[in-house]
Amino acid sequence: MAARCGAWALLCPLLALAALAGLGAAAKNSEDVRCKCICPPYKDHLGQIYNKNISQKDCDCLHVVEPMPVPGPDVEAYCLRCECKYEERSSVTIKVTIIIYLSILGLLLLYMVYLTLAEPILKRRLFGHSQLIQSDEDIGDHQPFANAHDVLARSRSRANVLNKVEYAQQRWKLQVQEQRKSVFDRHVVLS
Amino acid sequence: MVNAGDMNGSGNLMDFLDEPFPDVGTYEDFHTIDWLREKSRDTDRHRKITSRSKESIWEFIKSLLDAWSGWVVMLLIGLKAGTLAGVIDLAVDWMTDLKEGVCLSAFWYSHEQCCWTSNETTFDDRDKCPQWQKWSELLVGQSEGASAYILNYFLYIMWALCFAFLAVSLVRVFAPYACGSGIPEIKTILSGFIIRGYLGKWTLLIKTVTLVLVVSSGLSLGKEGPLVHVACCCGNFFSSLFSKYSKNEGKRREVLSAAAAAGVSVAFGAPIGGVLFSLEEVSYYFPLKTLWRSFFAALVAAFTLRSINPFGNSRLVLFYVEYHTPWYMAELFPFILLGVFGGLWGTLFIRCNIAWCRRRKTTRLGKYPVLEVIAVTAITAIIAYPNPYTRRSTSELISELFNDCGALESSQLCDYINDPNMTRPVDDIPDRPAGPGVYTAMWQLALALVFKIVITIFTFGMKIPSGLFIPSMAVGAIAGRMVGIGVEQLAYHHHDWIIFRKWCRPGADCVTPGLYAMVGAAACLGGVTRMTVSLVVIMFELTGGLEYIVPLMAAAVTSKWVADAFGKEGIYEAHIHLNGYPFLDVKDEFTHRTLATDVMRPRRGEAPLSVLTQDSMTVEDVETLIKETDYNGFPVVVSKDSERLIGFAQRRELILAIKNARQRQDGVVSNSIVYFTEDPPELPPNSPHPLKLRRILNLSPFTVTDHTPMETVVDIFRKLGLRQCLVTRSGRLLGIITKKDVLRHMAQMANQDPESIMFN
Repeated sequence: MAARCGAWALLCPLLALAALAGLGAAAKNSEDVRCKCICPPYKDHLGQIYNKNISQKDCDCLHVVEPMPVPGPDVEAYCLRCECKYEERSSVTIKVTIIIYLSILGLLLLYMVYLTLAEPILKRRLFGHSQLIQSDEDIGDHQPFANAHDVLARSRSRANVLNKVEYAQQRWKLQVQEQRKSVFDRHVVLS
Repeated sequence: MVNAGDMNGSGNLMDFLDEPFPDVGTYEDFHTIDWLREKSRDTDRHRKITSRSKESIWEFIKSLLDAWSGWVVMLLIGLKAGTLAGVIDLAVDWMTDLKEGVCLSAFWYSHEQCCWTSNETTFDDRDKCPQWQKWSELLVGQSEGASAYILNYFLYIMWALCFAFLAVSLVRVFAPYACGSGIPEIKTILSGFIIRGYLGKWTLLIKTVTLVLVVSSGLSLGKEGPLVHVACCCGNFFSSLFSKYSKNEGKRREVLSAAAAAGVSVAFGAPIGGVLFSLEEVSYYFPLKTLWRSFFAALVAAFTLRSINPFGNSRLVLFYVEYHTPWYMAELFPFILLGVFGGLWGTLFIRCNIAWCRRRKTTRLGKYPVLEVIAVTAITAIIAYPNPYTRRSTSELISELFNDCGALESSQLCDYINDPNMTRPVDDIPDRPAGPGVYTAMWQLALALVFKIVITIFTFGMKIPSGLFIPSMAVGAIAGRMVGIGVEQLAYHHHDWIIFRKWCRPGADCVTPGLYAMVGAAACLGGVTRMTVSLVVIMFELTGGLEYIVPLMAAAVTSKWVADAFGKEGIYEAHIHLNGYPFLDVKDEFTHRTLATDVMRPRRGEAPLSVLTQDSMTVEDVETLIKETDYNGFPVVVSKDSERLIGFAQRRELILAIKNARQRQDGVVSNSIVYFTEDPPELPPNSPHPLKLRRILNLSPFTVTDHTPMETVVDIFRKLGLRQCLVTRSGRLLGIITKKDVLRHMAQMANQDPESIMFN
């Protein structure tokens, strides 16, 4: 179950971003397009930056730099030193991405707090289930599924949905515990 | 991945919650696959589909779908890898700037995006706009002065610590396999090793989320290696949707090779470089079919990333440069010097990092991973903030160092003394003397160089996702830029020396320090990873110009030679050795004159080989043998007297078959005879029902004679991907050589510790 949740959490941003990338490409916000011209200091004029919302073929010094700070004959020399670039972005994509990322991060943090703090307290109150999580003895060498066999074999009789979800979650926890032992405690993998 | 079980037979939606039933033919965790068996299973499957396709139209369509499933998988991997890379880039961009301030009009904009629409930016202060405020402005209303500086400093450190702590907690609680770079483990997986959960969904999710956090926290690490891991997780996920790949571990690894190429492609914006990286560094077997599919996946990934457009200018990487100024033959000398620097730095880094990682593995330092991450982050943040070159993210630093200084740059590095009457166009500025800004920048860069060299040694290998490419490139770029500025000023002030006279007249644009930075970056990256072709291709895809291939190659080749003079291993091979993975490297040459008898087990004085006989052992004997030993398989011989070899049986399949037989077949008890022949043996009447186990017997195990040179044996293991090989003499079984024995022997011959090989 936890694995499937992870899968959906991955597929949703994929779908959302794909949809929005398409939308963003189609409906360009007028604020998301600009032509930026940077002009260095010239004679006694200071350097300046000019922005204008203009199409790509019109993105050059003559269209963007308004009002022109130098008189007529100097315009060409001034414009030769300016550099104009056409830029576009998609503000919708940025907004959606950041908000989705923060929500996934928030959900993970909540789940982490629940697993580390809230769940042991709740389980201690409901007495009977505590034997499953507190079996901290050495599970076995290299086989993450070995103990799960025993855990599941114990209560195969009760086959309703809630128990299935719970046992899937227990299985996932055992896997993570095994991984944690390999990586953090015994330093066997990923030193 | 194992097949979904059908234990209850209910077939409803909740079946995926059940434990998958371990099938005959799947592998245990931390074991090596049998490449030959996977290949023959795939050939069987293909032949079945082809023969069925002639029966009806539906079967024909199914065969077409099967043929096209490979391309569909590549397309999906490319889309997902590109999307995830885009998400990571956008999120890193935002969170890195979050350490310094926040955008008031829309909190999800980074600094640059926030000031995008503003009209208040000036030429000198291109970054200032009223919508973006630093934390000191927001909290106390001041933006200059000592108290503002201290408050900004303090908040920078706090944000960095917060991000790093979140990252290491998430890794520890949800997916411990998400730490590290991932490339050494992926290399081992692609060579046939099984690490269950390493490419799982939770690992993918946590690695993506925590990668953003650690890169934003300002630690000296990069995201390229972890992106390869992320892409391989995507590859694993999509290959589990199609039974052609989910049931065949050999075919799955073809998909993973292509996914690795897509990962590098989105990291650098270099599809061809990605394919070559997968070929050279990551993959073990790389058939030509995989080459074409990898290229497709890499292209789709690069295209997806480009359409998300994370950097706002249709580029894929932050430090893409586009200048085409020429270089001169005399500049090859500083380029080769940079290559030597890269090689020396690579050796230094590998030795120090491995020593530190070994200390982390064996002493008490390894017991406090969270504290270690927090300590290193605190030290990094405290030292990095005062220096403007280390305060910003490493990618931006590299981008600035790669850039050429035109008239429009306002950074300190481009503070040259300009001739006010000069009327040259923008991109043809001649060499100019350095202004005071450049001198300040030089010593700040020198400090940054020393800091980065030291801190990366302690950062790589911590229990957070960490990559190595960007810090190495940063070290090389800083060194290169410093050398470039030095050569430029030398050419300007002494343009009448012999070396400069020919190609550098006064008033000409001779030296491009940005090119030196690129060459330095390539040299350092090559010195650490020992990449050759893929490095050059990635660097020239980054720069977009074929003019710079010769300097890049010169530096890459020099750095590899210098680094190889001190040690043959790159950083990834060194980490594989540190962890003791059973990786038989194709680059190692075995040149000793030992024979198969010297390596085989049992040695003289050891217990004799544990064998099964063809038809004279009972179920109980077999079970005792399995319980008392922990070998992965047993040879089957005709009888204990004439030890003529029949075949080889795997331990896991024996256990499963006997368990199945006890549960399902009638009459099988502990005294039943186990037979591997086609027909049951002659049994006295009233004996229990015999058990036929011929179907799990491998009738064609590989054998060599005892006088086969080990050179040939190692070659056979490498080329065929064997796990064990039997040794016979005149048809009689003498002993067995496993992959672990071969690796131990090679380590012994190379005077390394043979006991460090841990896995089978």
